[in-house]
Amino acid sequence: MTPLSRRDFLTAGAAAGAGLVIGFYLPRNGASPKNGFAPNAYLRIASDEKITVVVARSEMGQGVWTALPMILAEELEADWKKIAVEQAGASMLYGDQSTGGSASVRTTWDPMRKAGAQAREMLITAAALEWGVPRATCKPESGYIVHASSNRRLSYGQLADKAASLAVPTDPPLKQAKDYKIVGQRLARLDTPDKVIGKSGYGIDFRVPNMKYACVARCPVFGGKVANFDDQEARKISGVTYVGKIGDSSVAVVADSVWSAMQGRRALKVTWDEGPNKDLNSAQIYAGLKQAVNGKAAVLYSAGDIAKVSGRRIEAEYQLPFMAHAPMEPGNSVADFHGDSCEIWAPTQVPQDVRDSAGQALGIDPDKVKVNITLLGGGFGRRLEHDYAVEAALVSKAANTPVKVIWTREDDMRNSTYRPASYHKLSAVLDGAGWPVAFSHRIVMPGINVQKGTPPVDGTDPEIKDEASFVYAFPHALVDHVLTETPIPLGWMRSVNALQVGFAAESFIDEIAAAGHKDPLQLRLRLLEKDQNLNNWQTARMRAVLQMAADKSGWGKPLPAGHYHGIACFGCFNSYSAEVVEISMEGDKPRVHRVVGVIDCGQVINPNILEQQIRGAIIFALTNALQAQITIDKGRVVQGNFDTYQPVRITEAPEIEAYYVTSSESPTGAGEPPVPPLAPALCNAIYAATKKRLRALPIIS
Amino acid sequence: MSEFALKINGSDHKVDVAPDTPLLWVLRDTLQMTGTKFGCGAGLCGACTVHVEGNATRSCSMPVSQASGKSITTIEGLSGNGLTALQQAWIAEEVPQCGYCQVGQIMTAAAFLAKTPHPTDDQITQAMAGNICRCGTYDRIRKAIHRAAGGGQ
Repeated sequence: MTPLSRRDFLTAGAAAGAGLVIGFYLPRNGASPKNGFAPNAYLRIASDEKITVVVARSEMGQGVWTALPMILAEELEADWKKIAVEQAGASMLYGDQSTGGSASVRTTWDPMRKAGAQAREMLITAAALEWGVPRATCKPESGYIVHASSNRRLSYGQLADKAASLAVPTDPPLKQAKDYKIVGQRLARLDTPDKVIGKSGYGIDFRVPNMKYACVARCPVFGGKVANFDDQEARKISGVTYVGKIGDSSVAVVADSVWSAMQGRRALKVTWDEGPNKDLNSAQIYAGLKQAVNGKAAVLYSAGDIAKVSGRRIEAEYQLPFMAHAPMEPGNSVADFHGDSCEIWAPTQVPQDVRDSAGQALGIDPDKVKVNITLLGGGFGRRLEHDYAVEAALVSKAANTPVKVIWTREDDMRNSTYRPASYHKLSAVLDGAGWPVAFSHRIVMPGINVQKGTPPVDGTDPEIKDEASFVYAFPHALVDHVLTETPIPLGWMRSVNALQVGFAAESFIDEIAAAGHKDPLQLRLRLLEKDQNLNNWQTARMRAVLQMAADKSGWGKPLPAGHYHGIACFGCFNSYSAEVVEISMEGDKPRVHRVVGVIDCGQVINPNILEQQIRGAIIFALTNALQAQITIDKGRVVQGNFDTYQPVRITEAPEIEAYYVTSSESPTGAGEPPVPPLAPALCNAIYAATKKRLRALPIIS
Repeated sequence: MSEFALKINGSDHKVDVAPDTPLLWVLRDTLQMTGTKFGCGAGLCGACTVHVEGNATRSCSMPVSQASGKSITTIEGLSGNGLTALQQAWIAEEVPQCGYCQVGQIMTAAAFLAKTPHPTDDQITQAMAGNICRCGTYDRIRKAIHRAAGGGQ
């Protein structure tokens, strides 16, 4: 990290500080200090003792407003109670500000630690100079520098001005894990109090003076366009002030209120040119994937030579549908376009992409687009797109007014970007004793990044290679990928490609165990028994999470009558995850009673937040495993609202136990890794109960 | 447009809106009380839950014309002063993640507890079945309701 001049910082502070006016920040947050100390873009210490930590990721429920400041506060040796948090908007100061890939902690771990350590070292120097004592005799302690032998102490606020005059160290020493006082503690989330009184500011809550509201009619068929539209009836709706085409494939209705905009859109008559996909349906998509299985495949992992192995061979095909994120807060953004500039307030995971895309769409310099990040009512990857924000900017420009564009639930369901549907063909060869000696997994699916314009690398989408993790030491193995195309818009949804790959692979491991009459846990442990780094995964760490999940769940021990266990594990986003699911069958439907989830994600910042992520990921995965899928008919998404795309409710929510491996390895991902094991563990439990193998999701369709 | 008299959180309001406007949008847009959330617009998710005459009600599906003259409570008025035991329990159990659905969850739970002060697990499940949480906070919602119920009222 390059040390920044104070002038650079104040510019950044002003950009981020715009939010103070709109009150998006935590209640303890205050105005920028007139004097004080800002050694880097992440931290300000005011003379009045207020310590402001800037978070350059988006808070979407995963706890970054608490976890990231904890990392900085640890190195700073700060008094946690004095920490205030400020949400950075799109900036040049923080590198990539995208919030995704379970990366917030792992990518800010170093810069946040360094930012805190820089300040700590400068405060120590400032105190030593103030007292005229050797630096080594001054120690930081919970917001003070203490000189023990003379029993003197100065607070960080008292030292702030003096520290500000010192050079910023480029390579400050970092603390050792054994000395941590804040990192690893179950500190309460800072955003909770506002969330229980309805004071938290999500994008949909934001307003600017004289703001209008807009609903947008979008072509229901992917790839279609507006042929023409008749706005006569729409304009008769009281409050409607503008109707106009936005881009090629949508028409915006702008009004004085949300309800008028919604009513106006209902009254709008649009004739669509439905384009080349108007006859597309899910059956064709699945048939296309299956047909592509013999196409050119890119090797993702290989060992030995599967062609040379003979023995008892088993094969299976798996298939997964499109899925939608469906965050609780529907899409929305506020935009205010002013000729050569635009300000946007968006619940976004990608403020810099919003800035650049809005600038491009508006035909203005992206530097003239100011992007503020609101709280996000869930993300799950949906807000890695920037369609909602770009749309608001275009509507503001077209209607010449500040505007909030609101998507309905149906808008979100039918105009989303979807987890890719996929097809999988797997095979294994068993030896005479029933142990597998060869394994193959051919993945057939389109690439999200490739669809968005990134060229394939070695014939595949690099993210599929990353997420098709393979950790088992089969003597002969081949995992490969046939890259296909689809006109259905694709997006990154929590755990991304790891869900599809994990479902097929971990279900098939269970098939191998059943075919060879082996215990599914023992088979996995045997395939992991040798300590090694295999395909960039540590077999020992995977073994440990599996064993912990087995121990905590009572794997192999008697269960209540009619109850059955299933197990699965998977590695993604550099973390290791294992789950045991306990079910009984109610007719042909499973009732999930209990899930034990275990993760190894290295150093844990806040166990509370980590456990929330594990529990939440299990519920999120259960929704799609059990009952929620996106299907296509006549080129359109069939599902519209929560009646046809049903998230798991409290009625289906199992008892969940969340555990983690204690570790001082560098932190790795947490939000996504517990997703992939759930569906295979559940289907493996169903097999244990019924001897029926489910090779497609959702289970109930 | 028509004028409607609304009694919200003990205060009288007059609004001039179309009679079919859902109470949700009157609260959020007209009166700028944004604690109540829009989730589905079809009474399926519970994010918009308020109390009408003490009953948990989906404000997205109640036209303002039907709400007029009735006593309405929103999250902004749930507690007269400070936090209710239920909200305190929500904090103690660290229930929210993204938080977007939580106001609706709390309003549903508050109306339920008022009628069922000492609920069983099954009663909680049935009462909360209409509220969706995509972050999956259900186990903590259950705990928080038990905590509030056991807190002595």
